[in-house]
Amino acid sequence: MSEQIREYELGMHPELPPPNRQSGLVKWVMDNLFPSVGSGIITVICLIFLYYVIPPLFNWAFWDSVVFNATSREECYAINDGKGACWAFIYRRWDQFVYGFYPEAERWRVNISFILLAMTLVIVLAEKVRKVKGIMWLVLILPIICAILIPGSELLGLTPVPTNKFGGFMLTLIIGMTGIFVSLPIGIGLALARISSLPIFSVFATLFIEFIRGVPLITLLFIASTLLSYFLPPGTNFDLLVRVLIMVTIFSAAYLAEVIRGGLAAIPRGQYEAADALGLSYWKSMRLVILPQALKISIPGIVSSFIGLFKDTTLVVIIGLLDPLGIGAAAIADIKWTALGYELYVFIAVFFFICCFGMSRYSLYLERKLHTGH
Amino acid sequence: MKKLLPLALGIAALATGSIASAGTLDDVRSNDVLKCGVSTGLAGFATPDDTGEWQGLDVDTCRAIAAAVLGDAKKVEFVPLTSKVRFEVLKSGEIDVLSRVTTWTLTRDVGLGLNFAGVNYYDGQGFMVSKDLGVSSAKELDGASVCVQTGTTTELNLSEYFRLNGMTYEPVPVETSTEGRAAYSAGRCDVYTTDASALAAQRTGLTNPGNYVILPEIISKEPLGPVVRHGDDQWFDIVKWSHNAMLNAEELGVTAANAVERSKDANNPAVQKLLGTADAGLGKQLGLSEDWALNIITQVGNYGESFERNVGVKTPLGLERGMNGLWNDGKTGIQYAPPIK
Amino acid sequence: MSVTDVPEKKPFSVGAMWRDKKARGIIMQIAAVIAVLIFIGWIVANTVSNIKNLGIEVGFDFLWTTASYDINQSLIDYNATDTHFRAAVVGLLNTLLVAVCGVIAATILGFSAGVARLSNNFVISKLMQAYVEAVRNIPVLLQILLWYTVILHSLPKVKQSVAIIEGVIPTNRGLYLPQPLPQEGFGWVWIVLIVALIGAFFFKRYAKKVLDQSGKQLPAFWVGLAMIIGLPLLTYYVIGQPLEVSMPVLKGFNFKGGFALKPEFLALWLALSIYTGAFIAEIVRAGIMAVSHGQSEAAHALGIKPNLTMRLVVIPQAMRVIIPPLISQYLNLTKNSSLAIAIGYMDIVATLGGISLNQSGRAIESMSIILLVYLTISLVVSGIMNVYNERVKLVER
Repeated sequence: MSEQIREYELGMHPELPPPNRQSGLVKWVMDNLFPSVGSGIITVICLIFLYYVIPPLFNWAFWDSVVFNATSREECYAINDGKGACWAFIYRRWDQFVYGFYPEAERWRVNISFILLAMTLVIVLAEKVRKVKGIMWLVLILPIICAILIPGSELLGLTPVPTNKFGGFMLTLIIGMTGIFVSLPIGIGLALARISSLPIFSVFATLFIEFIRGVPLITLLFIASTLLSYFLPPGTNFDLLVRVLIMVTIFSAAYLAEVIRGGLAAIPRGQYEAADALGLSYWKSMRLVILPQALKISIPGIVSSFIGLFKDTTLVVIIGLLDPLGIGAAAIADIKWTALGYELYVFIAVFFFICCFGMSRYSLYLERKLHTGH
Repeated sequence: MKKLLPLALGIAALATGSIASAGTLDDVRSNDVLKCGVSTGLAGFATPDDTGEWQGLDVDTCRAIAAAVLGDAKKVEFVPLTSKVRFEVLKSGEIDVLSRVTTWTLTRDVGLGLNFAGVNYYDGQGFMVSKDLGVSSAKELDGASVCVQTGTTTELNLSEYFRLNGMTYEPVPVETSTEGRAAYSAGRCDVYTTDASALAAQRTGLTNPGNYVILPEIISKEPLGPVVRHGDDQWFDIVKWSHNAMLNAEELGVTAANAVERSKDANNPAVQKLLGTADAGLGKQLGLSEDWALNIITQVGNYGESFERNVGVKTPLGLERGMNGLWNDGKTGIQYAPPIK
Repeated sequence: MSVTDVPEKKPFSVGAMWRDKKARGIIMQIAAVIAVLIFIGWIVANTVSNIKNLGIEVGFDFLWTTASYDINQSLIDYNATDTHFRAAVVGLLNTLLVAVCGVIAATILGFSAGVARLSNNFVISKLMQAYVEAVRNIPVLLQILLWYTVILHSLPKVKQSVAIIEGVIPTNRGLYLPQPLPQEGFGWVWIVLIVALIGAFFFKRYAKKVLDQSGKQLPAFWVGLAMIIGLPLLTYYVIGQPLEVSMPVLKGFNFKGGFALKPEFLALWLALSIYTGAFIAEIVRAGIMAVSHGQSEAAHALGIKPNLTMRLVVIPQAMRVIIPPLISQYLNLTKNSSLAIAIGYMDIVATLGGISLNQSGRAIESMSIILLVYLTISLVVSGIMNVYNERVKLVER
């Protein structure tokens, strides 16, 4: 065995693997977890925190003799000593959580509406489907069918279902989706009015937007539930849900208007002038030139407004509509299921998290895809 | 702008009874349903069971009115209301009658523009404490935290009682009885105060009902009853007499089971007048059919039956008749209805 | 002036007027004004006739009648014999209290989380991302209810409570703390504090001047801190500690003495700070990322230390991007504090819009006052923001 010493010409030495400390797991750990003493201490604190929070939480929610099938809290606790979560009441009242008090015989209408809604989402979201000619009309038509199907109408031979029977996630989706569908066009209108060169329109739009944005949604909902009837002709009787829908929609529209106004402001002046130079009328220039660009750059803001709107639907419980929180409150008011607050709140939180997180991820994806750069 | 269409259609489909009409009775008839405001969930008075069917003493008042007006006790749409919004909702005409453990006071009767159509439960505000505290009188509650439902007369009585007795307390406002129970069982407060009947209801919902006592002091008069708007006397009369019919039926021994049979009993003019077989035209005077009271009794029962079914000693609430017994029961009863003749 | 400037007189016609952009604009605006006026008139007429039909009284005189209910948390003296107006003020102060506390906590939390998310420490950055994503996607009402439940169920009951340190006792009826009661002569401490604040301010200006002229760095921060804390403390001891402390003591049902942060306040404060903090974290992150990388590279090239780079170069530029959305988050927090009603915290919606409204039946009046209060807060804050925006606007080219 002899040590061979070879000489290389300058720059001809084959690449050697990096030393151990500079590669693989060790390097990653050193770089990402312990880049410095202070940072290392923080890492350790975080890991200890996670160790004390995550395993007990998982145990409670999933592993520690969780009970799905019991008829009362006592029964749950008899099985698991009150250690694990008692999801049984959600299982027992699943139908209420989904449909509220919607009559059982008519629930197929809600189910069909769910399917139609899913189709609408697919059309809007999936690019390939969207490109099919004329399919965008379905986006308008399907929600209308839902809007007729769910409350029902004598004319079509569907038994009308009073709106106070609506509840649960179905109600959340009704309020959220109506808000999203209707507030977008209103928001665009308000934004255009606000930047309009006609002073009166701009003043009215500004006043309206600032008023709505200046007050909490809950006060508007209080007005909807108690005061609105003072403002309407004597004897007029609007359905409470419709009043709530109107309030939620204008609330969301005011926020959207500001987002879209930001988008409009970001369009270079030259685009407006170019559209004018082509002799396009105001509406045509907006529709063909300005709005497509403005909406594109407003997408993140629009989606986060939608997420906000969707989360805000929970507020209706305060004026007595039976959204999932309301249904849940009624469930844990039942003597059989008292004091199951954690289970209830965690369950609803997971539902909202999935919906809202999904929306925000989609918006990120869109943002990246549409980022054409300048 | 086309996207506005669903909204427009929605409104068209949902706006109900948008035409002003002469009276509540006509509204109820044309809708073929009675809209009745009840509690969001108070055991024994108004609460939906597992199948979503509403049950309770207040619910029975609604059903009685529906039976009298529409001939069918099932034609009621129950609108659960918090104590906070109930009067506004009634005043706005969204409901036809409010039957929601509502205390009859002068301010409400006059100042709020309402009419109280009788008393379906004589109640009073009391205190519930855990036996562990070793408290036997409300006078020993100095310094306690007290859970109290907001938007009611309860907080006024509470404040007055403690002030008059020179005691301090920490009010813990809760919005609904559900919230109240959650806060109370978690130990947020030492004492729970509301009407004694509701205390009994709350107690059934606690984990160990036997561990709680209701203190002997009743600090207020709380006559609870159905409420209607000012300005529609005919409707006021109907609500008032629907309730009176139930009381009279109990007094005359007419029950759901024997009402049809008793209506044929020619020897008892009082029963015949009540059940509309005396040809006295009493129903017509109210603007109803002659069998209005018969419908109430056969479908809902008399007051005593309703009481025992919903809040009586055999129910989880276990309330004695007490003041709510009939005036002639020889005990403490003060339920007294004017005669139907 | 030349003759050609005189416009040619066109024959009047409606069609021509409609084709004329200017005239059309005017017509449309007039139509809009008329439509809005008619709408408002219609609403007023309806309201008047409704009020008349129902025979209810209208007016703000109810504000001066006795409220007759108690409020469990009040910054000013209040008892059940005071007026509805005073009850409303108590509620407003409670709203402002939770808003101010929430804004402070959310800012600290949000800035820490935002900077931490950009850290090269994998664990902390992922943890912060998880925090931001989880909290932003769950309704704030749910979070308030959840925190309230957590506080009620996980903190010890009064009878079983133990002090963590002398006088600090967490219970599910509130966090009890010792309450300092200033005695005679304590005013001097306040005066010295104000003097120290002014002194620190001038020292900072002096330090900046020295820095600009000689490049020498004076430890302005530490000197200032020493002045602000040290001087009043010194005064306090010199004049003989004129402060008594009231300690919470368990007496009967509850703790007496000291001072308590109620569970309703704690839950609302926690929930609002954590919720808003997540949004602020995103704003801060976006703000820092918006500062061009060249800036920090330039600072490095100048040999400025990394933490000083952050403080002197990156953050000041990022603030320009951060401040406007930050302010609107503050407003959101204030508005979200109205959800207090769900857990019984007595803010203005719960006092004036809740119990007072119910006792008096004056719905229109109470709600208008509440709307006005929130609008005023919003307008004042956005006014301040506009002034700020004007001041920091980049003077370009």
